[in-house]
Amino acid sequence: MSRHGNGHGSLGAYFAVFTALMVFTALTVWAAYQHLGIWNTPLALAIATSKAVMVALIFMHLRSSPKLTAIIVATSVLFLGFLILVTASDYLTRTWVPIYFR
Amino acid sequence: MADATHAAAPGAPPELRHHFVDMEAQKEASALGMWIFLVTEVLFFGGMFTAYVIYRASYTRAFEGASNLLDLRLGAFNTVVLIVSSLTMALAVWAGQQGRKSLIVLFLLLTILLGSTFLGVKVIEYRQKFVHHEVPGPHFVVPLDEETHQPLPRQSEMFFSLYFCMTGLHALHMIIGIGLLLWLVARARRGEFTPRYNTPVDMVGLYWHFVDIVWIFLFPLLYLLGRHAL
Repeated sequence: MSRHGNGHGSLGAYFAVFTALMVFTALTVWAAYQHLGIWNTPLALAIATSKAVMVALIFMHLRSSPKLTAIIVATSVLFLGFLILVTASDYLTRTWVPIYFR
Repeated sequence: MADATHAAAPGAPPELRHHFVDMEAQKEASALGMWIFLVTEVLFFGGMFTAYVIYRASYTRAFEGASNLLDLRLGAFNTVVLIVSSLTMALAVWAGQQGRKSLIVLFLLLTILLGSTFLGVKVIEYRQKFVHHEVPGPHFVVPLDEETHQPLPRQSEMFFSLYFCMTGLHALHMIIGIGLLLWLVARARRGEFTPRYNTPVDMVGLYWHFVDIVWIFLFPLLYLLGRHAL
């Protein structure tokens, strides 16, 4: 699947992704006005991630790219996760331990 | 094997650099390099997203109130514009694979038009922020909450700092992208892209879609976070 230049990216798939992106944009605006408590942001991020995955797989041909490309993309997501999680584990937990207020 | 690396094989396509076995290997190397560049871009934007996560978690009310002062209609319009531009970019890449010169130029020009529309709307939005003294700095005036008409917490200025940094960096990427697209139009008009060689269209396409993905995350995180409170 990975070693053929032309075949990837059919017009049908492009228009299907385009339609899905439009629907998901409307969905995320609608969802933002719902009272979901703490779930508003996770839902918005889930919708955004779905949109990003569709763009990457179809528009950016990740689906028909060599496995090495997929590994590189996964690595970038992993390290972005490290960056945010490790930073948050410092800043957002500072008030948990009363040592700072001595 | 060793001596074959220095001279192109007879009958090799003129676009093929001598150190690649064939056009396909050359294109895969280009794509790999472009993806690695995009990884560095993920972490470039990632620093700002991290700052956003920390400050939003620390000053939730200020961020939600300040976010509601952004123009949702303009933001949503721009989201749609950018998605359509991603479609036209994908179609330009598709036309490039078939070497259809006039179609490549058409879709590239459409992408440029949509990208410029996005930036034009961004100018209108930025202008509104300057008029309302919502730009961080000496002229910043703490805005009133949309709903309660009480002043927002002071940290609303922090939201606008992040808003301008993140959308500004994104807009800079759009401007560079439009420059690259103009360069592609010139090359396409010279008939440089054929079914055998269209790598530059493909690579700029990857860049353009990446910039679209960044906006896909910026839009809900900047425009939508406080709407449920309205």
